[in-house]
Amino acid sequence: MYRYDEIDRQLLRERTAQFREQMRRFLAGELSEEDFRQLRLRSGLYQQRHAPMLRISVPYGLLDSAQLRRMAHVVRKYDKGYGHFTTRQNIQLNWPQLAQVPDLLAELAEVQLHSIQACGNDTRNITCDYLAGVAGDELVDPRPYCELLRQFVTLHPEFYWLPRKFKFGFTGATVDRAATLTNDAAVHVLRRNGAVGYRFFVGGGLGRLPMLGQEMNAFVPESDLLLYACAVLRTFNRFGRRDNPHKARIKIVLREWGIERFRAAIDEEYAKIGASAEGGRLRLAPEDIERMRGHFDAPPYRPAAEVAGDSGGQAARDPRFAAWLKRNVRPHKIPGYRVVFVSLKAAQQAPGDCTAGQFEALAELCDAYSFGELRSTCEQNLVLADVAERDLYELWGRLDAAKLATPNVGLTTDIIACPGLDFCGLANAGTIGVVHDIYRRFDSLEAQYEVGPIRITMSGCMNGCGHHSVGHIGILGVDKHGEEWYQVTLGGSAGNEAAIGERVGRALSRGEIAAGIERLLRAYLELRSDDEETFIECYRRMGMAPFKARLYEAEAEAEDAPAESHVSEERAARESAQGALAGMDGCGAAAA
Amino acid sequence: MSRIIRRHRIVEDDWTLAVDAAACAPACGRLIVPLARWRAEREALLARAAAVGVLLPNTEDVEAIHPQIADRPLIALQFPTFADGRALTQAVLLRNRLGFTGELRAVGDVVRDLVFWLGRCGFDALAPRPDQDLQACRAALDEIRIAYQPAADAREGAWARRRMSGSG
Repeated sequence: MYRYDEIDRQLLRERTAQFREQMRRFLAGELSEEDFRQLRLRSGLYQQRHAPMLRISVPYGLLDSAQLRRMAHVVRKYDKGYGHFTTRQNIQLNWPQLAQVPDLLAELAEVQLHSIQACGNDTRNITCDYLAGVAGDELVDPRPYCELLRQFVTLHPEFYWLPRKFKFGFTGATVDRAATLTNDAAVHVLRRNGAVGYRFFVGGGLGRLPMLGQEMNAFVPESDLLLYACAVLRTFNRFGRRDNPHKARIKIVLREWGIERFRAAIDEEYAKIGASAEGGRLRLAPEDIERMRGHFDAPPYRPAAEVAGDSGGQAARDPRFAAWLKRNVRPHKIPGYRVVFVSLKAAQQAPGDCTAGQFEALAELCDAYSFGELRSTCEQNLVLADVAERDLYELWGRLDAAKLATPNVGLTTDIIACPGLDFCGLANAGTIGVVHDIYRRFDSLEAQYEVGPIRITMSGCMNGCGHHSVGHIGILGVDKHGEEWYQVTLGGSAGNEAAIGERVGRALSRGEIAAGIERLLRAYLELRSDDEETFIECYRRMGMAPFKARLYEAEAEAEDAPAESHVSEERAARESAQGALAGMDGCGAAAA
Repeated sequence: MSRIIRRHRIVEDDWTLAVDAAACAPACGRLIVPLARWRAEREALLARAAAVGVLLPNTEDVEAIHPQIADRPLIALQFPTFADGRALTQAVLLRNRLGFTGELRAVGDVVRDLVFWLGRCGFDALAPRPDQDLQACRAALDEIRIAYQPAADAREGAWARRRMSGSG
């Protein structure tokens, strides 16, 4: 894990002091609401429905035990005793007091945590494959490059006041576990003829008009990471639209220009940087990369014979352990080690929530069993990446005691969801209640195991923090005349075969939606060719029609089903979003 | 005469922003004129004014128009709101790529909280919004004394410093 030196510490201290002074001026009436808004967003602070929301960056999803203990402390001292993990691997606090935020940030800074650029029109926290360094399919460990880029974009003076937010996502593996193409820029670290380089995709983004990133450069050499990133960001800063916040992401420039013109502009800027003194200052030397790689050395793994265990025998005796072993434990590239997923999707839990006690338990468990580190995933779960097989049974018992061992990773109840109307100032509809309704229908593990791998995602508004447009089944909350309704999309995917889901038809009411999702899953069980065919494979083979028929089956039978037109739905959603934007912060809310 | 910040000092502004022709009588002083006027009246302005600077819209491609402004003693760049950062890229390109060494002045919604970023992008003169405290603005130039990345000021990027110290 990256360890701060005096440069990092001084920068964070001075930044923390800068924000403390901004807060003081605001509270003293020296800064207007609107001016302060631009400043507080760039320190992770939103104005939410009930209270401010503070988003804390977790750089590329990596946390250590000291940070987890500090999180436990701050959520007790400054919040209501819990935090919330987001789809971009960050942590949100929903109940801090405005005036206390500078003290909170000072406590976080002591353990290398901060909220710099967690919101606002700037470069956001970088997301990354949560199995970096331990996955068998990895080509290059992306974490050193994530940290090099993190430092480059942190408080970058030219790119601190962009037209809109800008997100980077990294992977160095063949399987994309980080939904990289949903980011404004995706960086795939790879090798070509032995040389490390980057395949760059640009122009992805969820929210209204969801788009997937398109390949801009098949191979940028290893030394040029910052040059190419600079070319992309500079092109965005110059040409991104500033007249309409809904059309300000880089994906709109790409759409309006077309890929050829867009690529030519970035290539031209990249060439100019490369040929200038600026390029010389930005080019990474082998020693820079080597030094950074040293921060991410493999932990001291022990020989396989010393860490081998009898998880198979234990599973045979204990069916609950067996279920967890099958669903929440994955292979590791080192013999004798396993990757353990920690589910944050227990019954009656809001997806991604983590209590102070759980933060503490996780600190102890990662110290005891995983070299003191923990990772957050893009699915709002956690990962203990380096667990010896012999420790699995004991670890499971301790996770189970902390309600962190629900054996549902990748299944129906592993729902990805933003906090929705219960917390978020932008949301049009609740999400947590719907999650619980779906959960109740699939509480029996047998039913979930029958359905198998599926990605259900839900957002409370079209900003799309819950990644609904890339769910196999996506659910989007909309407001219609003050009532909560839910649109369903099918066929989305965030992985290697990334795709934007297609909307099925008219929205379902709050009372209908969970039953509708159950009907879709039952349709799949009837339609699949065999037990091996997953929901998404079945959908791709069969197309939407049979699923659509089942989704609306209930109303087709009901004589008095209300007729709804898409036009009015869209207008209602748009008006509602605009209303929210007028009074609340206009950037993609809570789980971004 | 209003006051500005130039090279870390608070000074009287010895330039006048002249948007239209009426603002320049014969033998007028140092003028900042919009780019369009500079193009249209270049010879007349040079004959009458003590010095002529140019005000650029933040949508202007500074590389494309550089030949027309390269010899100006002052270029002013605009911030319609402090959160509109287009002129920051213009400034970096003028300093780092085009070698502009004259006064680079920020005008418009120039507030204390933008000052740090302006200094790093190569602005050496700031004309703050009228309600701003000039002392506070000047102090904000060094609000953060350290940088992760090189820009258009004297601060070294972190990796260059680590290279020299061999640490990290």
